[in-house]
Amino acid sequence: MSAAGELSDLYQDLILDHTRKPRNFRELPAANRRAEGYNPLCGDRVSMMLDVAGDTVREVAFQGAGCAISTASASLLTEAVAGKSLEEVRRLVAAFVARVTGGEAPAGSEEVDLGKLEALAGVREYPMRVKCATLPWRALEAALADGEPVVRTE
Amino acid sequence: MSVALEEQRSEQALAPAYDLAAVRAQFPILAETVHDRPLVYLDNAATTQKPERVIAAVSDVYRHSYANVARGVHRLAERATDAFERSRAAVQRFLGAASPEEIVFVRGTTEAINLVAASWGSANVRAGDEVLITGLEHHANLIPWQRLCAEKGAHLRVAPVDERGEVSLEAFAAALSPRTRLAAFAHVSNVFGTVLPVREMVELAHRAGALALVDGPQAAPHLAVDVQALGCDFYAFSGHKVYGPSGIGALFSRAEILREMPPFLTGGGMVRTVGFETSDFADPPTRFEAGTQNLEGAVGLAAALEFLDGIGRENAASWERALLARAVERLAEIPGVRLLGAPRERASLVSFVIEGVHPHDAGTVLDSEGIAVRVGHLCAQPLMASLGVAAVVRASFALYNTLEEVEALPAGLSRVREVFGR
Repeated sequence: MSAAGELSDLYQDLILDHTRKPRNFRELPAANRRAEGYNPLCGDRVSMMLDVAGDTVREVAFQGAGCAISTASASLLTEAVAGKSLEEVRRLVAAFVARVTGGEAPAGSEEVDLGKLEALAGVREYPMRVKCATLPWRALEAALADGEPVVRTE
Repeated sequence: MSVALEEQRSEQALAPAYDLAAVRAQFPILAETVHDRPLVYLDNAATTQKPERVIAAVSDVYRHSYANVARGVHRLAERATDAFERSRAAVQRFLGAASPEEIVFVRGTTEAINLVAASWGSANVRAGDEVLITGLEHHANLIPWQRLCAEKGAHLRVAPVDERGEVSLEAFAAALSPRTRLAAFAHVSNVFGTVLPVREMVELAHRAGALALVDGPQAAPHLAVDVQALGCDFYAFSGHKVYGPSGIGALFSRAEILREMPPFLTGGGMVRTVGFETSDFADPPTRFEAGTQNLEGAVGLAAALEFLDGIGRENAASWERALLARAVERLAEIPGVRLLGAPRERASLVSFVIEGVHPHDAGTVLDSEGIAVRVGHLCAQPLMASLGVAAVVRASFALYNTLEEVEALPAGLSRVREVFGR
């Protein structure tokens, strides 16, 4: 495989589009769950804000500063998670993390359709960058667990 | 010949005073390919690659002279101890110290500074005292002092860095006070490459009644270091940044200071007599070398210093200046690239940011071109915060780099621009 081929697997058009124009990149005044993800290795910070009503995530937004991968991952996350039930979100997080780390999807999440998130799968070939893709997802988990306000990936 | 003329000439040099191809051939790793491309290794400020003679020296220890240093009377123990002490003498000559007893082997600069903080610091720093550092220090020359000051109720003062990435002597002098017990500062900044005026800083510290520690790992591969001419009380450097093994480094301190310092780590080898109630500690440097010593590291380090001597530190420095000048010139031409700092005296590294592109993304694209650079906060988070950036890209050069490798960097950055657009 050529180097250029590998690189374009990582930086796909969809990812670059979300990096340049991140969706739901704003404050979410209605948020009732929040958590911050911080990667001390690169200084990336992402703050996830969720508006959860009953069993449903109504809206998600994020703020922060990060690399192309973490920004696109956060942006795609906000689109993928909005409108889902908490259980669906948990399964999606598990399926996504398994996909980008190259691990086995845990029981119950094998059938999850990652949709556009599939674009981030190329990060598997870049072990030093996997944490960039998972950072917003770890923050999302923390926000839902409602215990740890700042999660770190290193 | 004037120094200025010599410098001008060396900056324009298109070839080093040594056979570059032959030197490169001594570094097996430089023949590696990365993503099917020749490796372009521009991360030398993080760590340097190793020449054959260092690899051979480490392996020879295991093959012919391995035993526990300073224990036992058998022939191998004798060889091991002898090799260890000869390595200490090599470090002494490298730093220009007055005697080998002034050289303590440590794992690296981080351990050296922690040793000084825990030993000298705990015995000499009291509540209300001050420790002075500068705004450009590596975490290794910041956190040990933070902790010491917190434990003692002392104050950590920070001499400011200006927009050139320099620490002015005026600002440094103003930050000293009669309560300053120690001033600890880099010889060369790992972020800007600034060569600090350490001789003058040491003198100012002494005049204020403080001791001076020089954090030397970025200087040792590029500048001639003479601790007696500098007049410093402590000097620390790491073997892996001067073409030697990792896990070995040295702390210099003057004999009369070391003699008064309590032990750092305690255990085997650093004692004279031990009872269950009390122990009588050995003289320096052994007092500070508890446990089984890193013999192969010390011998590898001595081989690296010999290698550097063979090239000539002046010859290496002059070629590295030419590489750096070319890199700075090329990077400054690229729209959207902002160089950090513009120190008037600079050693072998340059940091920059690229408008609209995160350093980690730039690093990944450069890697796909075979180019290794450092990206991140460079273990200098407070400095990064004051510069208003979370991370940077740093290119750093060694005596084995070529002008073609330097030229690969702007070419790689064009590729970065291609991937991320404008």
